[in-house]
Amino acid sequence: MKSKLNLDPKVVDSARNSAAHIASSMQDFIDRHTTVSTERTILRLLGIDGVDDVETPLPNVVVDQIKEAGGLPRGVAYWIGNAIVQTGLTPQEIAEKMSSGGLEITKLETGSTKDAEAAIMPAIEESLNEINKEKNARAEYLERLGESKQPYCYVIVATGNIYEDVIQAQAAGRQGADIIAVIRTTAQSLLDYVPYGPTTEGFGGTYATQENFRIMREALDETGEEVGRYIRLCNYSSGLCMAEIAAMGALERLDVLLNDALYGILFRDINMQRTLIDQYFSRIIIGYCDIIFNSGEDNYLTTDDAYESAHTVLASQLINEQFAVVANIKDWQMGLGHAFEMEPSMENGFLYELSQAIMAREIFPNASLKYMPPTKYMTGNIFKGHVQDALFNLIAVWSGQSLQLLGMLTEAIHTPHMHDRYLSIENAKYIFNNARDIGSEVTFKEDGIIQKRAQFVLSEADKLLADIAEEGLFSTIEKGKFAGIKRPYEGGKGLEGVCLKDDYYFNPFITLMLGGAK
Amino acid sequence: MDNCTTANTSVDLTKVKPYGDTMNDGQVEMAFTLPVPYGDEATEAARQLVKKMGCDEPSVVYSHDMGGGYTFFVVYGKCQHTIDYSNIHVAKVESDIMERDECGQYIEDNIKRDVIIVGATTGFDAHTVGIDAIINMKGFHGHFGLERFKNVVSLNMGSQVPNEELIAKAKEINADAILVSQTVTQKDIHIQNLTEMAELMEAEGLRDKMLLLCGGPRVSHELAQELGYDAGFGTHTYAEHVCSYIITEIVKRGRV
Ligand code: B12
Repeated sequence: MKSKLNLDPKVVDSARNSAAHIASSMQDFIDRHTTVSTERTILRLLGIDGVDDVETPLPNVVVDQIKEAGGLPRGVAYWIGNAIVQTGLTPQEIAEKMSSGGLEITKLETGSTKDAEAAIMPAIEESLNEINKEKNARAEYLERLGESKQPYCYVIVATGNIYEDVIQAQAAGRQGADIIAVIRTTAQSLLDYVPYGPTTEGFGGTYATQENFRIMREALDETGEEVGRYIRLCNYSSGLCMAEIAAMGALERLDVLLNDALYGILFRDINMQRTLIDQYFSRIIIGYCDIIFNSGEDNYLTTDDAYESAHTVLASQLINEQFAVVANIKDWQMGLGHAFEMEPSMENGFLYELSQAIMAREIFPNASLKYMPPTKYMTGNIFKGHVQDALFNLIAVWSGQSLQLLGMLTEAIHTPHMHDRYLSIENAKYIFNNARDIGSEVTFKEDGIIQKRAQFVLSEADKLLADIAEEGLFSTIEKGKFAGIKRPYEGGKGLEGVCLKDDYYFNPFITLMLGGAK
Repeated sequence: MDNCTTANTSVDLTKVKPYGDTMNDGQVEMAFTLPVPYGDEATEAARQLVKKMGCDEPSVVYSHDMGGGYTFFVVYGKCQHTIDYSNIHVAKVESDIMERDECGQYIEDNIKRDVIIVGATTGFDAHTVGIDAIINMKGFHGHFGLERFKNVVSLNMGSQVPNEELIAKAKEINADAILVSQTVTQKDIHIQNLTEMAELMEAEGLRDKMLLLCGGPRVSHELAQELGYDAGFGTHTYAEHVCSYIITEIVKRGRV
């Protein structure tokens, strides 16, 4: 396809090569380490679930005990496998016994790695079967019920109460939403455990728990049948429990998952080592179970200027793409993020936004691009806000975005009310339909404002990526090149959960999932 | 026909009501959802509700079935209530606003030492843009932040800072003023958090040593005072507003 923006493919390749270099140079570090939450993910996938009498999730109980005894470098897969060999119990029984104080797993007689691995294989196969069941169920729904044309209308619910969320989500589904995201409560990304059971109290969002996922999945399937359209479910995993939430999402058939280590580092002050290790395993799970991941580049523009720093968004998208490639994620699963966040009073701002959005589409032709609405320059003037959202929708259909997070006219005031969602879906559907083929009809003036802007942003991104490739990702973040926020290598939350693997460490899921195990 | 050539622009400030296109027409428009199924009964319910809110001639100009037993309405009405504007009192931060340079000079002339300010977004709130706008060099809308003020030493601790940590830091650096920013207000979490902060300050015996200020998009001076703060600042606040208040209070309270 000819580039409408006259982008130089050589510059695109050069930028992408630098990004690939950045991702692969991190891999060595990632491969040498594990974390408490990566290990808890293995336990969850082995079917360990439930809480003890003080509400500590059993995966935490098990990992904490092993860590305390100094056994974490060997990995929980070994310890659970060995415990199966020694006791004949199931992983869940082992966890319960550890929790009640009846078992010290690291004090058992220790057998070979090979025997331990063989002993957990049945549990692993069962877990992969469960995931595959959900994958097939999704494919079956899509086949039978179908789905909307892209851009998909993506809206959020955020009442704090999962049952109230269900009411809002089902209403949104009936109004035409294609993706429902349940926003997490304010504190969750900093919790080093995943809460348990259905929850009814959250601030600015609702806890991500496996039970909440299940409740919402069931509700959306029900509404999907009613309206004759598959409704996708989305949640958030960036934070201290990235991979655990990915595993829960795989088991409860989430379709879209926010998953971005850089977001965690910059906006939640999660330690960079910790979250990059967790991201790797979480993306392998995502790749395997056909979830679309979303990256959070759009957020950079809330603390940095959208015009000045547009190239950092593209650079980060390329890095996120390459981190995904390493984890065997398919192109269509890459929900790379960007946003419509330029100052509304800027002359020709719309042209620059259009240029950026079309550029993203040309550089990532098969990705499921996630386009985020104006947020920062939304004000209490809801009427003007609705117009800002309309411009955003026009660019989305024009540039062929995939996942359109609909702007809400009340963005500056509160999390959406039921009718805010209705108004925004109506706004989007009107514009998508009215301008459906505008993208294939209109070309741009050679060397005009739109072409030149995209070429400039691309070349700046290329330069930045070359710098990062040379300097290394960790030190780039330390210097504050993304979002204007500096984070230290040893700072932030969760560093104490990072652990060097020993020579006998193994995580069978990584091999099996990367190999595309059936 | 005489009265048709001029509009009635005279307002009775003791009886103010909304204006559409004719003085005292009382015109208001509203949008809301009722948890009742779409239909004539729903429309009538919306009409009666707006009537009860004090509007004459309520008129449902649009309604839409939201599904699941919910209906959305746009309703017009003529508001019958009036307000005595001549008798309105609003709590405002009382200090003359000095420009950045004037603040520096005022400190030099009247306080004769550095003024120390520490700020943070507290609790689990991760929004920093507001506090950054006040403290960081770069400032906001072309108004520099406190870091650029002469004779002011300021420290921005960032977001998600526990109240205890903010207080500990303030004690350590012997701050003159603490700035607390709160953006997330769902289920009144900001009230809880701000209250806890004020109580901790009280318990530590710091309330008559340090100024305690809060701010955020849903914060007003009135709210701040109710919660035991010295002052509160909402949207469109710039560093010079905050600095002017702090330095005049320091002098007023004899903490020079
Ligand atoms: C940017 C942004 C973010 C960024 C923040 C990046 C960052 N580092 O700050 C990111 C993407 C991280 C984010 C996350 C979330 N956000 Co947010 N976010 C916004 C957004 C778009 C803009 C806020 C902003 O930056 N305003 C600009 C600043 C300059 O304005 P300001 O804060 O009012 O500050 C001025 C004054 O208030 C005052 N001021 C502020 N603080 C102080 C302090 C003192 C002492 C003084 C004197 C003055 C003062 O001075 C400033 C300059 O004039 C708003 C929507 C909007 N348009 O308002 C939503 C919004 C605030 N976010 C919201 C929510 C719910 C969240 C999340 C909780 C969502 C979730 N569940 O994940 C998370 C936060 C998680 C957490 N732990 O807190 C809601 C809050 C709803 C509510 N009323 O409770 C909003 C309104 C969006 C919405 N409609 O849902 N968000």
